[in-house]
Amino acid sequence: MSVFDGLRFRKVYSPIHNLDPRIKFIYVIAIFVVAIIFYQIIPLLVLFVMQIPFVLLARVQRQWLRSLRGAAFLAAFIFIINVATTYFTSNYTLTAANIESSAAMTLRFVVLVESFSVFFLTTSPDHLGLALEESRVPYEFAFAFTTAVRFVPVLAEEAQTIMDAQKARGLELEKGGLLRRIRNYVPVLIPLIVSSIRRSLELAEAMESRAWGATKKRTNLYLLKLHKGDYALLTFTTVILVLAVYVRYFSPIVIPAITQFLPL
Amino acid sequence: MIEAQNVRFSYPNKVEALKSVSLTINDGEFVAIMGQNGAGKSTFVKHFNGLLKPSQGTVRVDGVETTKTSVATLARNVGFVFQNPDHQLFSETVEDEISFALKNFGFEQEVIKKRIDWALNLLSLTQYRKTSPFLLSGGERKRVALASVLAWDPQTLILDEPTIGQDHEQKEKLRQFIMQMQTQKKTVVIVTHDVEFVAECNPRVVLMKEGKIVADGVGKEILTDPALLELSSIVLPQIAQLFTKLSPLGFPKDVIDIYEAKEIILKAKESRRQE
Repeated sequence: MSVFDGLRFRKVYSPIHNLDPRIKFIYVIAIFVVAIIFYQIIPLLVLFVMQIPFVLLARVQRQWLRSLRGAAFLAAFIFIINVATTYFTSNYTLTAANIESSAAMTLRFVVLVESFSVFFLTTSPDHLGLALEESRVPYEFAFAFTTAVRFVPVLAEEAQTIMDAQKARGLELEKGGLLRRIRNYVPVLIPLIVSSIRRSLELAEAMESRAWGATKKRTNLYLLKLHKGDYALLTFTTVILVLAVYVRYFSPIVIPAITQFLPL
Repeated sequence: MIEAQNVRFSYPNKVEALKSVSLTINDGEFVAIMGQNGAGKSTFVKHFNGLLKPSQGTVRVDGVETTKTSVATLARNVGFVFQNPDHQLFSETVEDEISFALKNFGFEQEVIKKRIDWALNLLSLTQYRKTSPFLLSGGERKRVALASVLAWDPQTLILDEPTIGQDHEQKEKLRQFIMQMQTQKKTVVIVTHDVEFVAECNPRVVLMKEGKIVADGVGKEILTDPALLELSSIVLPQIAQLFTKLSPLGFPKDVIDIYEAKEIILKAKESRRQE
């Protein structure tokens, strides 16, 4: 559940929290694109380090570290798979360059987790819904999306309770082979699904009894407006993107690998 | 026998839910754990079958430390019925639901059949044997959840808020059932806010507040102590309230049982007539 924790929004006021969610999202997508187009370790390292000031400015370092820790297992998995495949496909030799490129792939994943984590940690579900609405997404969909995001931690907690209840009836989740283990989760998944459906029906009734959708034309109490900081971030994002695309596709610069500098 | 010694427990988010709690529950005892929301009641009882392990201190069930064994092993002797039945029901029929735990514990097919019959009968669910538990009403689902735990006949039974959503008749049945378990020397622990239900049963009452035990004693004493109950934001049972109001007239304060109340009032009436 620690991965969810790393994505859970907490209300704090910081310059990063106050940024327009749409611009923040564009920034995250830009980072995503840049992380995908480069496969060398140096630009990925730059991307990784570049986001640390954001984290510090938003004062979410603790939750952010937790989300990275949550991703550590998957990162290790990616690293091992990469090393293994390069090892088997290059005549059973393991070179420093291979390890470096595996590390770069892992770092790419970490950068993605990092940037999405910063986005979700600093953007309230309300802002997110507002951003969707202002991007012309129908209100019903925007509402469904924000509700889903909001219920993730609730669901995680509920899953824990259900696991406890079934363990108390002698269910051993860790018992048996792989197939058996998957089957062990049936008594957990069914109550989780059933109670989610039950909850959503109750939510729908509660919303309708509070006149949800009574007015066709909705207005919002808060409106998203771009401020100085948003323009700054937008400019910053554009510069990164343009620079990255230029360096990667149009310039004669060859990005060196770190291992080239090692006396091997 | 359940022995908790200086149990401390903190959740991963660093909230200290239990601050050095010690309690011994003997075989055959009937204990009601009461206290306001967030007092640590549920956290505490989850230590009795090993669902939670103490951060410090020890919990022993029949002499075995809960940290040294599995929940499944402990659950064979300590049955735990959760508050919300929807957190455990998943089978196609009520019958299957009850057999789930029995299969987990490795009972024989023959025994499982007998146990299902027994549990269905006990909680008047026989007519729903082949019904899907999801089609039942809230109160009935709660009874199915209870039946599914009772079926393996554990020595200790822990009930988390058993009276919520139950009508008076079902509460009365629950009370009689607990009394019946008492005659079989079974241990029953309930976690509840239902002060009237506790007053009717008159068990040993353990009062918790902010992760500590603030009182432990006979129900009759604790439930008639306004200062103590105020501390845990529990109101006095109605009969106790009445007798507290009547105490200036010379009535005793420590009355929670309706039959006792009747006796006292009749006696007072009699003595007045004689004057």
